[in-house]
Amino acid sequence: MSVAPVEIERPETGQDTVADSPWVTIVWNDPVNLMSYVTYVFQRVFGYPKRKAERLMLDVHHKGRAVVSSGTRESMERDAQVLHGYGLWATVSHDR
Amino acid sequence: MAGFRSTSGGVSARFSAAEAQLLRDLVAQIAELVGPDPAAAAGDEGPGGGGETPGTQAPGSPDDLAGMLGALDGPASPPDDPVLARLLPDAYRDDPEAAGDFRRYTEEGLRSEKAEAARQVLGTLPERGGRVRLSEEQGQVWARSLNDVRLALGVRLGITEDFEDQLAGIAADDPRQPYFRLYDWLTYLQESLVRALS
Repeated sequence: MSVAPVEIERPETGQDTVADSPWVTIVWNDPVNLMSYVTYVFQRVFGYPKRKAERLMLDVHHKGRAVVSSGTRESMERDAQVLHGYGLWATVSHDR
Repeated sequence: MAGFRSTSGGVSARFSAAEAQLLRDLVAQIAELVGPDPAAAAGDEGPGGGGETPGTQAPGSPDDLAGMLGALDGPASPPDDPVLARLLPDAYRDDPEAAGDFRRYTEEGLRSEKAEAARQVLGTLPERGGRVRLSEEQGQVWARSLNDVRLALGVRLGITEDFEDQLAGIAADDPRQPYFRLYDWLTYLQESLVRALS
C-alpha cells in the first residue's frame, strides 16, 4: 500500500502550476461509489468540466487512483475534507 | 418505484410507505453511527456542534436491520469499526501522525456534516412515502446521504467490484440475500438521483 506513485499522469493542459506544487489530493478506487456519482462530485467540488471530471473518474476506476487537485498542503487538506464529505476515499500526499 | 427524475425546480421521486420507512431507518442509523464520538468530547475543539441523533426511529424497523449497520457497539474508535473507518477515512496513507492531526481537526465536522445530511433526508422523506420533491441543493444532500448508506452497507456486506456476480451467486435462502437486494435498490436510487441532478 505504498503511496509512492509509479507514474502519476499529469493533466495535459493548462496545469503549469502543478510542477510548482508539491502537494496533491488523490482519490482512490472503491467498489461502492458509482462512476456517475464520482464524476458529479468532481464537477461540483472542483468545477471541472464534465469531460475532465469523467477522465479523472476513469483514471480512478481503471488505474486505482487519480490525482484530482494540486496546490498547497492546506488547500489539499481542504479538498480531502470536502471529498470525505461526499464519501470519496481521498488522501493528501507529496507529489513524488 | 421509478427512481428520481428531473423537475423544473430540482428532482423528484415517489416512494411507497415501505420504501420510505426502510430508507428512513437506514439513514437514521447513519446519523446515529456518525453521531458525536464520546471520546472526542475530551478533544480541544470544544463541545462539538450538532450531531444530535434524530429521535425518529422508523416504527417497526426490524432488529436485524438495525444490527446490520450498527453491528459494532462499544467504545470503538473510528478506525476499529470498518464502516466508520470508511465513512471517516484517514487523509494520509503512510503518515499516521499527519493522519491523526487531520482527524483531530476535521473528524468532528465531518461527523456533523454527515449527521446533518441524514437529518435533512429524514426531514424531506415522509414516513408514509409519496412524492418527494427536492431542490437541486436538497438533491445533492440526498446523494451524499444515500452514498453514506451504500458505503456502510457495502462494507458490512463485503461488496466488491463484481457486485453483479455476488448478487447472482447468492443463494435465495442466504440470510444476506435481502441486504444484497437492498443494496442493489439503493444503487438504482442513487444512480437515478445523480442522473437527474447532472
